[in-house]
Amino acid sequence: MAMHIIDRRLNPGGKSLENRQRFLRRAKALVQGAVKKSSQDRDIKDVLEGGEVSIPLDGMHEPRFRREGGIRDMVLPGNKKFVEGDMLPRSGEGRGKASAPGEGDSEDAFRFVLSRDEFVDLFLDDLELPDLAKRKLAEAESEGRQRAGYTTSGSAANLSVSRTVRLALARRVALRRPRPETIAQLEAELADCDEARRSELLAEIEALKAKVRRIPFIDPIDIRYRRFENVPKPVAQAVMFCLMDVSGSMSEHMKDLAKRFYMLLYVFLTRRYRHVEIIFIRHTDRAEEVDEDTFFHGPASGGTLVSSALEVMHEIVRSRFRPADWNIYAAQASDGDNSTSDSDVVRRLLTEKILPVSQFFAYLEVGEAGGGTFDMPDSSLWRLYERLRADGAQLSMRKVSDRSEIFPVFHDLFQRRRKQEKAAP
Amino acid sequence: MTATAERLFEGADWDFPKLQRIHDACEKIARSELGLDIYPNQIEVITAEQMLDAYSSVGMPLFYKHWSFGKHFAHHEAFYRKGLMGLAYEIVINSSPCISYLMEENTATMQTLVIAHAAFGHNHFFKNNYLFKQWTDAEGILDYLDFAKNYVAQCDERHGRLAVEHTLDAAHALMSHGIDRYPGKKTLDLRTEEKRAEERRLHEESAFNDLWRTVPTGPIKSPKLLNAERRRKLLGLPQENLLYFLEKTAPRLHPWQRELLRIVRNIAQYFYPQSQTKVMNEGAATYVHYRIITRLHEQGLISDGNFLEFLQSHTNVVFQPDFDDPRFSGFNPYALGFAMMQDIERIVSNPDDEDREWFPDIAGTGDVMAVLRDVWANYRDESFISQFLSPRLMRHLRMFHLHDDPAESAGVRVDAIHDERGYRRVRRELARQHDIGFIDPNIEVVDVDLAGDRRLMLRHAVVKGAQLNEGDTRRVLQHLADLWSYDVSLVEADATDTIFREYVVSPRGFAAVA
Repeated sequence: MAMHIIDRRLNPGGKSLENRQRFLRRAKALVQGAVKKSSQDRDIKDVLEGGEVSIPLDGMHEPRFRREGGIRDMVLPGNKKFVEGDMLPRSGEGRGKASAPGEGDSEDAFRFVLSRDEFVDLFLDDLELPDLAKRKLAEAESEGRQRAGYTTSGSAANLSVSRTVRLALARRVALRRPRPETIAQLEAELADCDEARRSELLAEIEALKAKVRRIPFIDPIDIRYRRFENVPKPVAQAVMFCLMDVSGSMSEHMKDLAKRFYMLLYVFLTRRYRHVEIIFIRHTDRAEEVDEDTFFHGPASGGTLVSSALEVMHEIVRSRFRPADWNIYAAQASDGDNSTSDSDVVRRLLTEKILPVSQFFAYLEVGEAGGGTFDMPDSSLWRLYERLRADGAQLSMRKVSDRSEIFPVFHDLFQRRRKQEKAAP
Repeated sequence: MTATAERLFEGADWDFPKLQRIHDACEKIARSELGLDIYPNQIEVITAEQMLDAYSSVGMPLFYKHWSFGKHFAHHEAFYRKGLMGLAYEIVINSSPCISYLMEENTATMQTLVIAHAAFGHNHFFKNNYLFKQWTDAEGILDYLDFAKNYVAQCDERHGRLAVEHTLDAAHALMSHGIDRYPGKKTLDLRTEEKRAEERRLHEESAFNDLWRTVPTGPIKSPKLLNAERRRKLLGLPQENLLYFLEKTAPRLHPWQRELLRIVRNIAQYFYPQSQTKVMNEGAATYVHYRIITRLHEQGLISDGNFLEFLQSHTNVVFQPDFDDPRFSGFNPYALGFAMMQDIERIVSNPDDEDREWFPDIAGTGDVMAVLRDVWANYRDESFISQFLSPRLMRHLRMFHLHDDPAESAGVRVDAIHDERGYRRVRRELARQHDIGFIDPNIEVVDVDLAGDRRLMLRHAVVKGAQLNEGDTRRVLQHLADLWSYDVSLVEADATDTIFREYVVSPRGFAAVA
């Protein structure tokens, strides 16, 4: 009897993805609560790793009519010493155990694993970036399966009938396989013809039939399968500039705040763009591009010139990230100190060079631990940016002095184009 | 054949030609030596993730979309990732062709085991057992699931995801009560009806006896009582298939909602035989794979090493922990089923006096497979156990029966054990444990208040004092009321009409407006 083996391993995965999404959508409020709760006490970095969450079973529960209590009878294997008529104590250790398998009411929470993406998705769900106008397709990351012509081997499911038949036809024509009509015609002729012609015809028919047998209708060499190839899909890309003042006035605490701020921005961008580059620029009175470790931990000292960092950023944008190809995001963290003489340069760089090419420019003014954000006096940089904003520059700015304020600030920064940002052209 | 025959495979690796050869070798034994009768086989190789997928859609290759499957997937995945749960080696679908899924991680030996187990054992059982023949349509199930999937997707589009979800939620809650437990009466067409009327008339004429006229009849029924009877008859009451009842009579359902109920009901019905034949089905499949692979080994088609690997997996599958073992979670259907099949083999081929006394029909008849094929075709778990569980096996498994009456403060009584006095009682109880009629609560629609507020009245026949779980019952009734769109009441009462509890639930109203 015919038996078929089918290789399903290459079938597109995630068949139950839609079911999972339905489930998450239904449980959204619950899952979001769980995500929030589990993220409260942890470091942001860990939070974004996703992982197991547990949600209350209520609402997710699928009820059924089921019985409980009453007189129970059960047959069990493995009797060792009981004889008929023994009474076994109901609760407690030992023998009574089997009779009290307390129906799983303890299972009041439902635990499952959220992927990192799902976790972040839920976490950032109601956030949205400013207009993502540029979407130059470039730079490959993700992959998909795409048709890529035909191949001579493959699974039966991918058999391309039309191509196979076409090739078979071509081969039959090329090899001059006699058409059935020709044979039929000769056979019809055979019916009424003289003897001499008859043997001639018979021979001819025989020859044709032999040829038909030699040249199969479909030959294994005709068979073609549809070929699929994993191809990288082009995706939009973004570059994120992290600017930070690392002069002596920035304490570890402030750097920590800044780091969290960048991290969240990064997560946010990786969610939106498959490819995100990060450029770290630290500055004192001179600015330089550094790697992440140096950025956060490298020692540096000197005065403070914000314009130097902006200058470097502008230089990098010009040389490496054509604004036509990249979505440019910048996040600046500073304690707000800047030499007053620098203001004009900063203003010019920002309004003329940087803001026009940036999707988004955020300034985070970090304060010392313990100080409330409202107590923070407006710094020189803050005042400068404030003025720029008043003139219509697209800047987002916040003051933060405690770790717990980062989430709200972040939320605030990206809130669906609320407040003043919205009004800005 | 000699032990030098060429092996089907060496080591653990397999490829598609090898699978084909394994299948052919198994088929030869299955057909010629075991006399199995199977659907054509289709073997599909899948990955672990696809296996998880299949888990969450009750093993079927395609299914409509619903959040609860996503929930089960998430749950299984969490367990699987933590290593708390292994995956089944195989899933087999009662369809024609019979589809068996093989995991790609399996070794060649495991694939052999799975092919023998699923593609021959289960396959034969599906094709021949009377319950499957009666209730499932192996040819049509995949097409039906395809239809169901598309239909639900269309409903999603036309009527909104939420409305469809509500309806499906409600239907799922009632799924265990959407089953016809007895083959229904066929509606007669006019011609048969006429024929029957004619036959009846002839019979009455031939059997006429004037004396009957003098026999006193019962009290004349009041018109009210007659009315109630008439109404119940019209509605087909009492009705235990709640989904069927709602589909046919719920006053305010949309046609698409009725169709959804029907889909859920049909699928529940399709799985109904499987839940009644777990022990037999697994027992038969395990017995078949054991016979086939032992034979393959005897023929030298698989090596000693691979045979040992098989024996190890086989032993794990048929392991039955004792009741006081931490691993115990009830009877393992594989273990019990396989032990019973082997026991029958012994009784048929090599009985002792006890067997002759207990099983006069089969003891010593000699043709093991003929007896087993007959058993596999004509029994379900409950009848199978109550007929074929032998005293020897009860002794071997050291079975005993506990009786737990909450009213008895002294504790749980050992009611019967594996001795002369207890065999029949233990066997009867074990059979009962496998009787779905006892496992599922017996809930029926008893009446509808057509003259009044259209309240739907249900009754739970309480057995041995076991009532319904209150929280769950309220939720299910809520779903039920939403579909019915008027009040629903449920009475829990036992055979003596003692009422334990009453529920009344009003609809939330979205089912009707959806």
